[in-house]
Order: sequence, then structure tokens, then C-alpha cells
Amino acid sequence: MTKIESLQHELVELYTNNLAEISSFDNPLMNNIRNSAFESFKQLGIPTRKTEAYKYTNLEPYLTGLEYQYDLSPLSLEVNLDDIFHCDIPELATQIALVLNGFYYRHNRPLNLPRGVILCGLAEASVKYPELVQKHYGKYADEKADSMAALTTMFAQDGVFLYVPENVVIETPIQIINVGYSIKNIRISRRNLIVLEDNARASVLFCDHTMCAKSFITNSLTEIFVGENANFDFVRLQNENSNSSQISNTFIYQKAGSVTTNNTLSLHGGLIRNNIFVKLDGENAASNTYGLFLADSEQHMSTYTYIHHAKPHCTSDQLVKGILDNMATGSFNGKIYVDNYAVKTSAYQRNNNILLSGTAKMNTKPQLEIYNDDVKCSHGATIGQLDTEALFYIRSRGIAYTEARQLLMYAFANEVISKIKLDALRERIIEMVDKRLRGELAACANCNIVHKN
Amino acid sequence: MSAENDKILTEITENDYKYGFVTEIETETIPKGLNEEVVRLISAKKQEPEWLLEFRLKAYRHWLTMKIPVWPHLKLPEIDFQDVIYYAAPRKTPKYSSLDEVDPELIDTFNRLGIPLEEQKHLAGVAVDAVMDSISVKTTFRETLAELGIIFCSFSEAVKEHPDLVRKFMGSVVPYTDNFFAALNSAVFSDGSFCYIPKGVRCPMELSTYFRINAANTGQFERTLIVADDDSYVSYLEGCTAPMRDENQLHAAIVEIVAHDNAEVKYSTVQNWYPGDKNGKGGIYNFVTKRGICKGDNSKISWTQVETGSAITWKYPSCILKGNNTIGEFYSVAVTNNHQQADTGTKMIHIGKNSRSTIISKGISAGKSQNSYRGLVKVLKGADKVRNFTQCDSLLLGDQCGAHTFPYLEVDNETAIIEHEATTSKIGEDQIFYCNQRGIDTETAIGLIINGYAKEVLNKLPMEFAVEAQKLLQISLEGSVG
Amino acid sequence: MLEINNLYASIEGKEILKGINLTVNPGEVHAIMGPNGSGKSTLAAVLAGRDLFEVTEGSAEFLGNNLLELSPEDRARMGLFLGFQYPVEIPGVSMVNFMKTAINEQRKYNNLEPLSASDFLKLMREKKEIVEITSSLTNRSVNEGFSGGEKKKNEIFQMAMLEPKLAILDETDSGLDIDALRIVANGVNKLRTKHNATIVITHYQRLLDYIVPDYVHVLYKGKIVKSSGKELALELEEKGYDWIKEQY
Ligand SMILES: Nc1ncnc2c1ncn2[C@@H]1O[C@H](COP(=O)(O)OP(=O)(O)O)[C@@H](O)[C@H]1O
Ligand SMILES: [Mg+2]
Repeated sequence: MTKIESLQHELVELYTNNLAEISSFDNPLMNNIRNSAFESFKQLGIPTRKTEAYKYTNLEPYLTGLEYQYDLSPLSLEVNLDDIFHCDIPELATQIALVLNGFYYRHNRPLNLPRGVILCGLAEASVKYPELVQKHYGKYADEKADSMAALTTMFAQDGVFLYVPENVVIETPIQIINVGYSIKNIRISRRNLIVLEDNARASVLFCDHTMCAKSFITNSLTEIFVGENANFDFVRLQNENSNSSQISNTFIYQKAGSVTTNNTLSLHGGLIRNNIFVKLDGENAASNTYGLFLADSEQHMSTYTYIHHAKPHCTSDQLVKGILDNMATGSFNGKIYVDNYAVKTSAYQRNNNILLSGTAKMNTKPQLEIYNDDVKCSHGATIGQLDTEALFYIRSRGIAYTEARQLLMYAFANEVISKIKLDALRERIIEMVDKRLRGELAACANCNIVHKN
Repeated sequence: MSAENDKILTEITENDYKYGFVTEIETETIPKGLNEEVVRLISAKKQEPEWLLEFRLKAYRHWLTMKIPVWPHLKLPEIDFQDVIYYAAPRKTPKYSSLDEVDPELIDTFNRLGIPLEEQKHLAGVAVDAVMDSISVKTTFRETLAELGIIFCSFSEAVKEHPDLVRKFMGSVVPYTDNFFAALNSAVFSDGSFCYIPKGVRCPMELSTYFRINAANTGQFERTLIVADDDSYVSYLEGCTAPMRDENQLHAAIVEIVAHDNAEVKYSTVQNWYPGDKNGKGGIYNFVTKRGICKGDNSKISWTQVETGSAITWKYPSCILKGNNTIGEFYSVAVTNNHQQADTGTKMIHIGKNSRSTIISKGISAGKSQNSYRGLVKVLKGADKVRNFTQCDSLLLGDQCGAHTFPYLEVDNETAIIEHEATTSKIGEDQIFYCNQRGIDTETAIGLIINGYAKEVLNKLPMEFAVEAQKLLQISLEGSVG
Repeated sequence: MLEINNLYASIEGKEILKGINLTVNPGEVHAIMGPNGSGKSTLAAVLAGRDLFEVTEGSAEFLGNNLLELSPEDRARMGLFLGFQYPVEIPGVSMVNFMKTAINEQRKYNNLEPLSASDFLKLMREKKEIVEITSSLTNRSVNEGFSGGEKKKNEIFQMAMLEPKLAILDETDSGLDIDALRIVANGVNKLRTKHNATIVITHYQRLLDYIVPDYVHVLYKGKIVKSSGKELALELEEKGYDWIKEQY
């Protein structure tokens, strides 16, 4: 048996033996779909290099080798939120909610949200607002699309539920902080559900952190429903320690006239794999998917996108950029899929990568699958290095080599960062990226979360 | 698009396949089916040496362990490999030393295909090896070429007359283990062309092979081997057609090219196998493994293809850039119409330092067809300063077709510069209108636009072929605007 | 200030510079002329420290330092400026950020405090006037999307900002219309003092109507084949480069 096969076996056992306990925490809504997810998981198996979508992501070294436990109920730990977060700087006032090891933190501060807006744990929501949750939960995710999504659904007991009613605009961004904190190596599973009704508007910042040097394997799945003419903006900041792995699946479902913008910044982590599925299922919907990853040492960072144009007159734009140093490996695997009836589609996709060392490695696979002639689609991909002409030009003005390199790397990254709409957030991220590129710890300066490698 | 344009489109896309006739000629075939006995029978019919039979048997046994690939973006029908005839040859002597001995029907066939077998009638600059079903019928200009030390003959003759060369290079670029169809071909290949250009020789004329499938229910499995020794040059052309038949026919070929130091090989194909009728009935299943190795430093291999035929095309002419400063090129126009399916592209494997590659692919899909580009650019660790540029464009004509792009870029060396660009769009209505406004009718305008679109690739073809290819494009697509 | 002795340089084994000798003193303006491909840009690049070229023989001293041992940035900080024949586009790096970094690196080298933001902006404003640059150019990425003329003006603007001791201007006149040429030349003249020196590399004599040189050198096939006063430029203009080619 290969290591992956024995892991598969182990997880199947774990599930079968503990189903009662896994199911005891929440309610039927989440439990209802566990078994079908389990069937998908058994059928698909953990992806290997033979799985086309994981051709360039070898999970084995990251997922096997260590012993992990599953916390089947929330940690009874109390943290002082004020100690952890100092994000109340004036420029970026956010509403903060903490998710600890996959469970919505019970002692989150009361939030100041517009009427009708719900932000709470998913488990709690499914008890308090069963109709709402029932209407959307499990409707957009496809466990058959990725076995790791299936795995998440099997074990997830909680996560975040955000509901924005019709015509409601949330001015202050919501910040959801996912923290891994444990005295042993653990697996974390969480599912999030975000629903924006027609004409609603919200922006969310997700920060993924590990708070200690233990090893975390996180499987997360986020479903996002964006109603007609609604607008959803989210930034995801991934900043975990090098022993940790994160596989996240995001399923976005958009109605007519809606707009989503998704900025994923992968700054640090052992393995980061982001799968993003978007379905544009109403006319004039627009999807923007942006990503930046900075990988060094033996990190692996990988982005998979699947943008499905199902209705006419939709647009999608994708830009993913990567900088790889040392022995890091990266991959981009993106697809634009245009249905036969999705006329007047405009879809763009670009992936640019820079290799800084002879031992870094990048694979990219941008794809177009188009069943319609009335489209404008294009994609491009490059793998190269910093422009030596530009380096010399900068140095000839008296700027030192390392600084010149820094300027160029920053300029490269900035194209993605500049797409972040919230000024204050963008400023903060610029700082973090700059630090990260200088090889300093990219700890979130304002969040006091110290990141231990 | 207006109804008028639609009509023109329909008319053009329903154009008949003009090479669909059948030659009434006595054909010797063996019974349907494939087993070790059949492999032995083919080898015996060709009076082959023991080592070649061994090669075939090893390939056959390996093939038995393999499965038909499922990764291409193709709807592959169930193919019954026991329902195919693996050897068919025009009766009479298998190879004609003088034209007088050739069956007049055969001469007539090749004349109708525009490939006269009489040397004096032929385009001065082209030597032809004409292959009908499993057998090479006639190779022109052999003697002229022999004076320069160039060997150009059928594969079977090469096995007899130049066994050392064949043994040394056959399977060295495409091993029989390479893939399902390569294994099949290696077991049952019938004939094909062999070409050797000695050191320092620039081949003065275009060498060409013309493949014709004639017999019913037969598969065609030819293999071509081109070896260019140090400092040599050759330009090679390949053409193919088949009669219109209701059932599908199988074609699985292998082309291997070896380029030594400073050698250059240009390989051009105009593939026009019968594509099936407009309802998707019949047509050739075309599964081809073409690969060249730039073995020596500074060598260059350039593939140019115009793919208009076949019901199914599965083909990735590739370059292994092993030497330093080597160059690989791939220029392709692939047209699919009606129910045709194509999954085609290239692989550029960069092993040598300073190796460069260029990929230009133009896909045109019409009717209900599916047209995919699939390409791999791989840079190995030791390959410093590699450059690749890829441009893939897809043009869609009509709202029932599909165009897909599946590039794979794998880079393991930080000094490489790899660029891939692709666009997909429909033919510009504004362009057509602009032409209309200047008095050009829509059909002509489309022809102009398509040819303009494919020009970058067509320009790479040798003159004799370029004109032919241009006409072919027009025929395959006339009016295909939706 | 600059002392070049028997300088040889090659690229990929091809010898381009074949024994250059040149001395430049403070306050002087030298013009280097010569047909295309004779090695003018190569000389400029070698002096600025482009590592594409390999110096195989000879020496170059700048302000008493061995120039050839220094990194490009140290040469620049000491006061050597190269106006590029083909200024490089650097998408994503804003002109302001670029110049601020350059100025402060130079100041650090000279043990000076970094400029405050407001002093820096004031300096920018001042210097922009010299080359009649509109403010929008400095808000863009370095040279990105600049027209040919704008790129050349931008080189002179940077020169004005950095106040070099020795400026080497490589074909700063090419591709400029007469107005732009005047602006560029004026910029250079305004920055001339008796403490600094300029090497103007040009193909045409017309720039020399505006920037009057003290010496004119003709570089041909990697060697300075003729040196004289400003009248040499006129003679070249009249007789053309064939005159040189016939002789050497
Ligand atoms: N990057 C390079 N690689 C190879 N040869 C070069 C390169 N740059 C310049 N050369 C060669 O050096 C010679 C001198 O070029 P250059 O210095 O640009 O001449 P000029 O500026 O006088 O026109 C030319 O023959 C040119 O081809
Ligand atoms: Mg020059």
C-alpha cells in the first residue's frame, strides 16, 4: 500500500468509527450530506499525481509522515481576543470573528452589523435559521469535483455563516480569522457558507494563521451565493507555518449582474492549495479572481481555477502571479469553460511566474474549453526571471543589487496587490509582502499573531 | 451573423471531399484480426530478417498490456482492433523498378491525386515515395539522389539494403513502449519511407511521401525514419488521402527524425485523410506519433502541419532538444468541420543548453467539430537559458463547435524564459463588413480572412505545398462563418 | 576625472573594444562619434559596469578609483551617470519610488540623512522644470508607455536629480524632434559646471550645435581613430563616415 493509500484507509476508518461523535455536535443539516460526501471520497480517493487536476501537486510529502489527531469538539480554551488582535487601527476598522481550529469561537465580541445581517457559527446557524441554511447549504459545492472537498464535508462540524439580506450594504469589512492553535498536530475541517441576497454588498477579509509551531492540516470549503446585482469582495491572506498544509475549496455561485472579486495572497505555508470554482449563472455577471503566492524553502503553492460561463454576457478575469525561491515548487492550473449558449462571453486569464533559484520549479497549465463562437477569450502564461536589463538600469542609478531586486519583485507582485479595493487593507498588505520578500517574517503586524516557523 | 452568411457557411461546409474515389485494383489482403500469427505473417510476407520480427513481437506483447489513452479531448468510439485488416497490398510485384510494370490503374490513381509517378512529369524539385495501403508503389528520383549519397527509399527496401542504419535508429526516438498506438504500429507496420542524408549534404530537392489508403476495412500503419547526419539539410513533405467509405478506418503511423550536429530537418504535412461525411459517418481515425530528436549541437527540427482531414486526429509532432543550441519549431493549422475531432499540438523537451523553441498553432473550428490544442513545454534542470514562445489562436466559425487549449508548461531551471499566449475568438463581423463595403463578397472575405489568419503557418510550407494547402483550407471551410 | 587606458572588451568571445584611450577632466565636454556598430554604446556600458561585456585588458580610473572593480551601483553613487540609448521599461515601479530610492541610496553613500518626503517632492518639481517634463510622467511606471522623446527627457531628468560628476549620454539625441532636442540640450547645458564633465555619444553633428564640445573623438571598429577640437564634427558632417572608413 502506498502512503497515500494508507492515509486514505486511515481516514475512512476514522470516519466510520467516529461517525456518531462527529454527528453529535451539530444538527441534521450538516449531517445529512456527510454520507454522500463519504461515498465520493471513497470513490475518488486522495488525489495523486495521476489525478489530472493534481498533476503538479504532490500531496504525499505534506499529508503523510506525521501523526495527526482530529479534535471532534471545540477546544475549551479561552483566548483573550484583545491580546490577539489589534486590528482596530482607524484606517481599517473591521468586524472581527475568530474561528479556532475550525470551530466558531464562542466568546467572539458582539458585532455591530446592519439589521438583518447574520454572522455566526455555521452549526449555530443551522439550529437558529434552519430554512436559510437549508436553502443554500451544499447547493453550490460539488464534492465530486475534488475529493478533498468531500473530505472536508465528511468531518466539518462548524465554520462561519454570513447572511446579508436583500439591499443591505455592509460598509465595514468583516474579518474572519482562522487560527490553528493546539498542543498536538491536528487536522482541521471547516465549512463556510456566505449568502448575499439581491443587491447586497459586503467585503470579507479571511486571515489564515497558525499560532504555534505544531503541524496543521486544514481542509476548508466555502460556499458563496451572490444574488442578483449583489457585490462580494473578499481577500484571503494565508500565512501559516511551514509545517502546515492547507487545502481549500471555494465554490462561488453568481446570479445575474452580480460581481465578485477574490484576492488570494499566499504568503507563507508548507503546502497551500487553493481550488476556486466559479459558476456565472446569470447574464452580465462578472468574476475577478486574483492571486499572488510567494514560496520559498520547500513550500508548495498551487492554484486551481475553474471558471464556468453558463450564461450570456458574462465576464471573467484571472490573474495569478508567483515568485518562487529556494526549493519551492508551484503550479497554476486554470480553466475557462464556456457553455454553448454563453454568447458574448469575455474571459481572460493570465499567470506569470518568476523563478529566483535554480532549484525552484514551476508548472503551469492554463486552459480554455470553449463551446461557443461568440466569445472573446484569451490566456497567457510566462515563466521567467527578473529582467536583467531592468536590474542593471536600476543599479546604474546607484541602487544596490538587493534593493533593485526587491524593487522588481515588488513591482511584479504589485500588479495583484493593486487590485485590492480597500485602501487601508491594501496598504497593510503592501507592507507584509514587502517584508515577506525581504525574507522577514510576514507576521501580521497589527494582529500580534506571531508566526513561528 | 446574418441569415445570408449562415447560408453561405452551410454551402461551403458541405463541400464534397474530392479525393473520395476508390481505385478498382486487385488487392491482396490477409484475414481480419490481430494476434502473434498475424504479426509473423506480415513479417514473412515482407521477407524480414529475424531481428525485425523479434522487434514486432516484443511490441505486440507490450501492446497487449496497454490501454487506449483516455486523456485526449476526444469522444473515442469503441474501436474493435480485431475487426481491422492489418495488411493489404496492390497485387502484382510489391515494388516496381520501372514505371512500365506499374499497374496503369495505380498510375492513374496517383495522377488523379496530383502525384504523377513519371519523373519527367513531376514538379522538378520533388522526389516522391508513393505508398498505397501497406506498400510503397514507386519512389521517384532515387538515382539522382543516390549520386549525392542520399538514401531515399521505402522502409521495406531500407530494411533489406541498409539494415545497419535501420536497426540503429528505428525505435530510438519513438520506442515501441511509447504509447498504445506506437506499440500497435511497431507490431504491424507495413511500409513507409526511409531517408538518410549523409554528412555535409544539402538535399537539393524536396523529398516527399504520399500516403493513400484504398482497400476497405484496412488499417494503415506506416513508419518513416529520417536520419540527417552532421551538417546536412533536408526538407520532407507528407501528404495523404483516402476514399470515402461509410465505415471508419484506422491509421496509426510513426515518424522518427534524428538530426545530428548542425543538421536541419524540415518536415511538412498536409493531412487530408477522408474526414467523414457531414453527418459524421465514416472517416479516418488518425493516431500518429511523430517525434524528432535534435541529437547533435546546433541542430534544428521544424514541423509544419496543415491538418484538414480525418474524423479523429490525435497527433503531437514533438522535438527532443538534446543538443546545445538546438532549435525546435512547430507550426500548425488545424481545421475541423462537421463532426471532426482533433486533439493536436506538440511537445518541446528542452534538455540542451541554449535550446530554443517556437510554437505557432492556429485552430479553426466549424460545424459541430471539436478542435483542441494540447502542448507541453518542458525545461529540464540542466537546460540553461532556454527560450520558448508559444502562440495559440483559435477561431470559431458557427455556434455548434468547440475550441480548446490545453498547454502544459513545466520549468525546472530558473534561467528559462517561457511565454505562452492564446486567444479564442470568432471571425470578425467587422472585418467581413469592411471587405463587403469594398465590394468583396462574404465567401471571398472569409477565405481571405482565414488565409490571413493561417498565413504565418502556411508561409512555412514549401512553395509546392503552400498553394495546395491554401486551396485545401478554402475547400474545408468555404463559407464557414456563423 | 576619467582616465581610460588601452581598454579591451568583448562579448561572447567577440572583441568589440580594441584599445581605447581617453582622458576626461572636470569641466570638459567630450563628444564621441562614429558609425553604427563601432562600439560607442559598448564603451558606455562597460564604464557603467554592464556585466554582459568582459573587459579583457586595460584600465579605467574614475576620480582616482579603479572603476572596473566597482559594482554598477557604486559607480553611480560616486557620480557616474549613464543616459541609456534604450532606456529600460520597468512596469510596476513608479518613477517617484524609483528616484526616491536612488537619491537616498546616494545620500547614504555620502553619509547624508535621507531626504524628507517634502524635500524630495520639492526637488522633483524643481528638476522637472529643467527638462520641461509634465508632472504626469513621474506618476507612471519607469519608462513604461513613454514615447521615444519622453524616455530621453526622462533620462535627463534623472541626471538632473542625481547631479553626477560625469554624465555619459548615449545617443540622447536620436529620435528627438527639434523642440525636444533643444529641451534636452538646454537641460544638459544648465547642469554644466566647471566641476563636472560630460561625454556625449552621438551619431549626428546636429546635437553638437546645442551642446558645444571641447573635444571630438571618432570611434571606429573599437578604436578611437581620430581626436580633435569641435571642428572635427563639422568635417565629419560634411565628408560623412565613409571618409573615416576609407582611412581605417
Ligand atoms: N548584447 C550584445 N550581444 C552581442 N553583440 C553585441 C551586443 N551588444 C553589442 N554587440 C555588438 O557590438 C558591436 C558594437 O555595438 P555598439 O556598441 O552598440 O555600437 P554603437 O553604439 O557604436 O552603434 C556591434 O557589432 C554589435 O553587434
Ligand atoms: Mg549605440
